[in-house]
Amino acid sequence: MRLAAFDEMLPEVSGLRRPYSAYDRWLKEQDPARLTEKMQDAERVFRKTGITFAVYGEQEASERLIPFDIVPRIISGNEWRRLTQGIEQRVQALNAFLDDIYHRQEILRAGRVPRDLIAKNEAFLPEMIGVRPPAGVYTHIIGVDIVRISEDEFYVLEDNARTPSGVSYMLENRETMMQLFPELFQKIKVRPVENYPQLLRQSLAAVRPQSTKGAPTIAVLTPGSFNSAYFEHAFLADQMGVQLVEGQDLRVVDGHVAMRTTEGYKQIDVLYRRVDDSFLDPLTFRPDSALGIPGIMDVYRAGNITIANAPGTGIADDKAIYSYMPEIVEFYTGRKAILGNIPTWRCSEPDSLKYVLEHIHELVIKEVHGSGGYGMLVGPAATKKECEAFAKKLAAKPSNYIAQPTLALSTCPILTDKGLAPRHVDLRPYVLVSDRIQIVPGGLTRVALKEGSLVVNSSQGGGTKDTWVLDD
Amino acid sequence: MLLGRTANGLYWMNRYIERAENMARLVDAGLRMALTRTQSASEEWNSVLLSAGSDVAFKQKYQDYTAADVADFLLRDTSNPSSTMSSIETARNNARMVRTALTRETWESINEAWMSLKRMLARPIDERDLPSVLDAIKRETALIRGSFYGTMLRNEIFDFSQLGTYVERADNTARILDVKYYVLLPSISWVGSTLDNYQWESILRSVSAHRSYRWVYDADYKPTNIADYLILNVRMPRSLTFCYRFLSEHLKFLSDDYGERHACHATAEKTQAMLRAGSIKDIFDAGLHEFLAGFIRDNTRLGDEIAQDYKFY
Repeated sequence: MRLAAFDEMLPEVSGLRRPYSAYDRWLKEQDPARLTEKMQDAERVFRKTGITFAVYGEQEASERLIPFDIVPRIISGNEWRRLTQGIEQRVQALNAFLDDIYHRQEILRAGRVPRDLIAKNEAFLPEMIGVRPPAGVYTHIIGVDIVRISEDEFYVLEDNARTPSGVSYMLENRETMMQLFPELFQKIKVRPVENYPQLLRQSLAAVRPQSTKGAPTIAVLTPGSFNSAYFEHAFLADQMGVQLVEGQDLRVVDGHVAMRTTEGYKQIDVLYRRVDDSFLDPLTFRPDSALGIPGIMDVYRAGNITIANAPGTGIADDKAIYSYMPEIVEFYTGRKAILGNIPTWRCSEPDSLKYVLEHIHELVIKEVHGSGGYGMLVGPAATKKECEAFAKKLAAKPSNYIAQPTLALSTCPILTDKGLAPRHVDLRPYVLVSDRIQIVPGGLTRVALKEGSLVVNSSQGGGTKDTWVLDD
Repeated sequence: MLLGRTANGLYWMNRYIERAENMARLVDAGLRMALTRTQSASEEWNSVLLSAGSDVAFKQKYQDYTAADVADFLLRDTSNPSSTMSSIETARNNARMVRTALTRETWESINEAWMSLKRMLARPIDERDLPSVLDAIKRETALIRGSFYGTMLRNEIFDFSQLGTYVERADNTARILDVKYYVLLPSISWVGSTLDNYQWESILRSVSAHRSYRWVYDADYKPTNIADYLILNVRMPRSLTFCYRFLSEHLKFLSDDYGERHACHATAEKTQAMLRAGSIKDIFDAGLHEFLAGFIRDNTRLGDEIAQDYKFY
């Protein structure tokens, strides 16, 4: 399948785009052999530092690198300003929505979002009803996945409001690029991203529980060193200068969460958890969880710990809720959404289901609760047989699926054996919410390395690029 | 402030790095004996396996002792939890777990040692390559030690790491001596046969001390001197006394920092005092084997106490 896609460096119609002009000049002066060498250098750096991720179900290759491409994805200052306005608005709306859903539920009363969608949703945590997190913040860290279709069209593909990952790649990609091509950063003014860990730490400190005396103790909670994102958990704890803890290190002591140190138990005030809701507290959620802390939800309800992100935020990034985001943004901000949604058919609605089944070979169909690119069908790329099999699954449980048109995601060139070649990309900027909203200028650009592929997920053959926001 | 789990990870990371290297050294000494004393080769390999604490597991898998099988079992067999490959893998898993406590240089040296040994030990070792493989193992662990000493802050992280190194090392040296204690006993040694000379050299070689011994005690191998060197010499980096000097020192740093003494402090000091007061004659009089068996028991207890006192679990 080939879609006529907008290339961000060299669109067919208008020629080389402005943000890429300085880079293009530099690139033309480079010896191709030297670039290939640099690419190998990059891989060595990643392997040496152990920036790997685990792939579930693959015994031998249990630690793999996410392929890194050395051609940066470049965004102009103007484009970025527009994006940040849209993202800020959306993040505000997401937090307002969460607060409303767990309190007065005005939006349900107003009939803008169907009650069933919340009440019957697994991501909705009844345990959070009436609980107000410290400083009123639900989603301290959000990764908003954005795709581009043309010069002016950006859409939000997905809001990651639970525990978005990948920010360590944003930072290490930049670090690697600066090591490989120091001269480029002298020629081109790229806005820095490396203060993200400090911003994250300040942001987490700002939402500490009111009862905290003195400087808050912050910790990162990881499921452990066998988790696929362990590198990132260790990286962030290290960069913030806080402890990296596991469930087995923690227990509730005198109404607070405390970690076992060589000198006894020490209180924790803010927990940046990278463990899913259902594993967080075996007394409240999954009783078989060995990753969580028995009783942490009681401490939380008593206001004695900040959990980032708050439990129950999954209701805001659920794919079924996603289709209501334009209404949600308007309801809480009183203005039309600056960043659009991709048109979405909810298969739970009979008319939509009918349309989706009739057009299955044109659409992308996703599981409502799925992630990581698993359990989805890319209609135009699937065989007739695959489509038919999927249609059966879909008809059996329509409410489990949504469908979207197959968009021609923009492309950006990557370096291949045969020179530059366009590949589809998306963008995940990282947003920090405390008493303010901060967006680090940049993000993670994921790129589908296979020619023509639209799946950018690292677990499915995707790679990453350094993302430059120009200081212009 | 340090998590108990992190202290545990640091302790075991260093025990396993030490163990990975000790295995190479034992194989090296065994290989030497087998080359020079072909008749008693299988006996020699048996004592190598005993020193490594792997004799039972080996016998479940193999009938005879051959250089290739023993080297394979001690260096690259991942079903043997103490083999060099298993040890370096465990060391790296621990390092990954405590990564935030390590300097970048230390972590990278461990990660690179793991990568390069994994590659080198992926296939059975050709006997002709064995010496270079042993060298490579010693070089990798030396690089880890170098980055560690060169870059780590001397704080509690350093102390717990060193405790792991010296508990493992003391255990290793004591076991090597205990497996061979009978060749050091006066009744046999006074004869001073050629065989004894080889045996003595082998003991020294397995703690990389066959050259330095001569600097201290002249060229002649005397069993009392060898025992003295490996047990009581305070300058010899693998002697029991040396290990306990540092164990006591690092435990004292911890009790000073934390302002609290534990059972492990008393245990370490007791052993250190015993080593300091004793002469090699006293030890022989009371029974070398009894002394070593007691030492190994106390050393194991020290490890358990450290884990408990500093809340490793």
